[in-house]
Amino acid sequence: MFEGYTLGEIGSIFAMQGFAGLILFSVFVLMALGLAIIFGQMGVINMAHGEFMILGAYVTFVTSNVFADSMPALFGGYFFVAMVLAFFIAAGVGAFVEWAMIRHLYHRPLDTLLATWGLSLILQQIFRSVFGAREVGVTLPDWLMGSFGLTDLIEVPINGLFVMALTLLISFVVYLILFRSRWGSQSRAVVQNRAMAGAVGIDTGRMDRLTFALGCGIAGVAGSAFTMIGSTGPTAGQLYIVDTFLVVVFGGAQSLLGTIASAFVISQSQSTMEFFLSGSMAKVLTLLTVVVILMLRPQGLFSLKLRR
Amino acid sequence: MTARFRSHLPRRQRRPHASIALLAGAIFSIAPLLTLADTPSTAEANTTGLAVTDDTVTVGILHSTTGTMAISETGSVQAEKLAIEQINASGGVLGRQIKVIQEDGASDWPTFAEKAKKLLVEDKVAAVFGCWTSASRKAVLPVFEQYNGMLYYPTFYEGLEQSPNVIYTGQEATQQILAGIDWVVDEKDAKTFFLLGSDYIWPRTSNKIARKHIEKLGLKVVGEEYYPLGHTQFNSVINKIRLRKPDVIYAIVVGGSNVAFYKQLKAAGLDLDDGKTTLLTISVTEDEILGIGGENIEGAYAAMKYFQSLDNENNKAFVAAFKEMWGEDSVIGDVTQAAYLGPWLWKAAVEEAGSFDIDKVREASPGIELNTAPEGYVRIHENHHLWSKTRVGRARADGQYDVIYETEELMEPDPFPEGYQ
Repeated sequence: MFEGYTLGEIGSIFAMQGFAGLILFSVFVLMALGLAIIFGQMGVINMAHGEFMILGAYVTFVTSNVFADSMPALFGGYFFVAMVLAFFIAAGVGAFVEWAMIRHLYHRPLDTLLATWGLSLILQQIFRSVFGAREVGVTLPDWLMGSFGLTDLIEVPINGLFVMALTLLISFVVYLILFRSRWGSQSRAVVQNRAMAGAVGIDTGRMDRLTFALGCGIAGVAGSAFTMIGSTGPTAGQLYIVDTFLVVVFGGAQSLLGTIASAFVISQSQSTMEFFLSGSMAKVLTLLTVVVILMLRPQGLFSLKLRR
Repeated sequence: MTARFRSHLPRRQRRPHASIALLAGAIFSIAPLLTLADTPSTAEANTTGLAVTDDTVTVGILHSTTGTMAISETGSVQAEKLAIEQINASGGVLGRQIKVIQEDGASDWPTFAEKAKKLLVEDKVAAVFGCWTSASRKAVLPVFEQYNGMLYYPTFYEGLEQSPNVIYTGQEATQQILAGIDWVVDEKDAKTFFLLGSDYIWPRTSNKIARKHIEKLGLKVVGEEYYPLGHTQFNSVINKIRLRKPDVIYAIVVGGSNVAFYKQLKAAGLDLDDGKTTLLTISVTEDEILGIGGENIEGAYAAMKYFQSLDNENNKAFVAAFKEMWGEDSVIGDVTQAAYLGPWLWKAAVEEAGSFDIDKVREASPGIELNTAPEGYVRIHENHHLWSKTRVGRARADGQYDVIYETEELMEPDPFPEGYQ
């Protein structure tokens, strides 16, 4: 397939393709982090994860309209405000959901699955009633759209760089929170032994609520960022949910490092195969590979070492 | 139970709009006088037990108002209701006011079939305006054929179908594709094409026709790619496009993927507006641009039969009436206009036949013409599709198209094109 191209062109294409893989990797990590935190720390499978992302996207949409109407001079910077708002609003809704629904269903994984799926339908209908069934177009500040031209062939999309930077930042913050803060060690204590953690004075109910809120908040930020690359509509969350679960399950449910590693493996293999095969075939092969690996290694790529 | 579903029309629609009525009366000058003079008795006009009384006739609307397809189908429902209201205001059909029973297909194909059966068997509607995706049409087709109903289907689609129980008011694939490709070859001197689509029957069949046509012209297809519905990452295919350097990107991407594709295309530096990259699509109407954002697709070309910006008196009146009924911000895409034709074509066929009987309406349908269509003149072909012109529009940043080309002649519908399968 490369006949007729110069070496330089082929080199450029590989560079571009590698970059496309990195962007996909960032997108996967951003999608999956929130879910991995909730799944890994609490054992709750949150089927409404995609809807929390879309909540973030709608917050961005509303913010952009408010900025465009009332302070057009500051429009270039609205995206940062929108992401912060998206985090807190999604986290707030998450905390409420945990209080109203999830906490009554702990240790009943199938029931949480069903309940959160119902929640996702409810949220979709709310979006549809409030914002209409059609997709909305989020206007982006000019500096986010466009690309750097490194050479004639290599163009680096700015929004891709932005997503990568955001993913790095959020992963780092999550690492700090979970592994370097007092709250994080309490949270991990609850995961490892809930009864004992309660006995030493940790408020396990509060830990659960905050963990769930954190996961939902990150989903909100992810949704906000994805307005740059995808669509914002009532059911757009469904576009992400399958890939998200794939990444989390493949990585090993209890390991954030596993989530990141699996996002890397899946994104790189997918984007490489997409280049040599058609898009649909690449997807089929990726799914097949994941299924085979999970058959051989049901606990996922990484897992906690446990005595059995 | 049925009473609960018979919500006929939403509340805002029950209020009579004097101005709409006036407009309708003015544009659609099939004068009330004419219909009054010619009102056959119910026994004459309805020999098969349809829901027709001395002063009303009941029809069905069957679209998804919930689920993923609600995004697309909402416009069709609005257009059909507008047409029905205008017809009622101008005297109805054979002197009878149209009543509507609306059912929700809920984006679920078995539900479509079930609701179609309900409309035909329980409600005995005289016609059904509905369906959007090919999948939903295929699901209801056996029901319409078994119970002998009449469906007016608005969407442009892949062709390869011709049912005695369906009138296809949108274009079939060859009408949309051939004229568009001819135009881009003449106008842009295109030699190489990259075909791209979502992975299901319509884009695949359409690209097959496009490929045959391109190869017949002695030109070259340098790539053909399909991505699953809902795919959101197009960087790889954009790289392939960059490598193959086609003169024209021929894109039939649909749904949420559409938004992702155009945003990423622009972000990757392939700006459609700078004249270097030419993209021709048959899947982006004004409705889709709402979600994509005009600034991301400015400069793309679309080939279809209708654009909201068409400059003729019929269309101006139609757009004004649509906005008056459904709000200033409404946009009207190709399918919405095609949906609007359904009730008018049905009315014309019924009045030609002098009867609501399905068989007589079917017999009267070929040759029925409409001078009042927003897209201009249309006529029903023997094969139940419409003769219509094809146009090319160039997307503007405000989400509308500039119409830059239209075929001189009406394109003949050809659902089973020889040499293209």
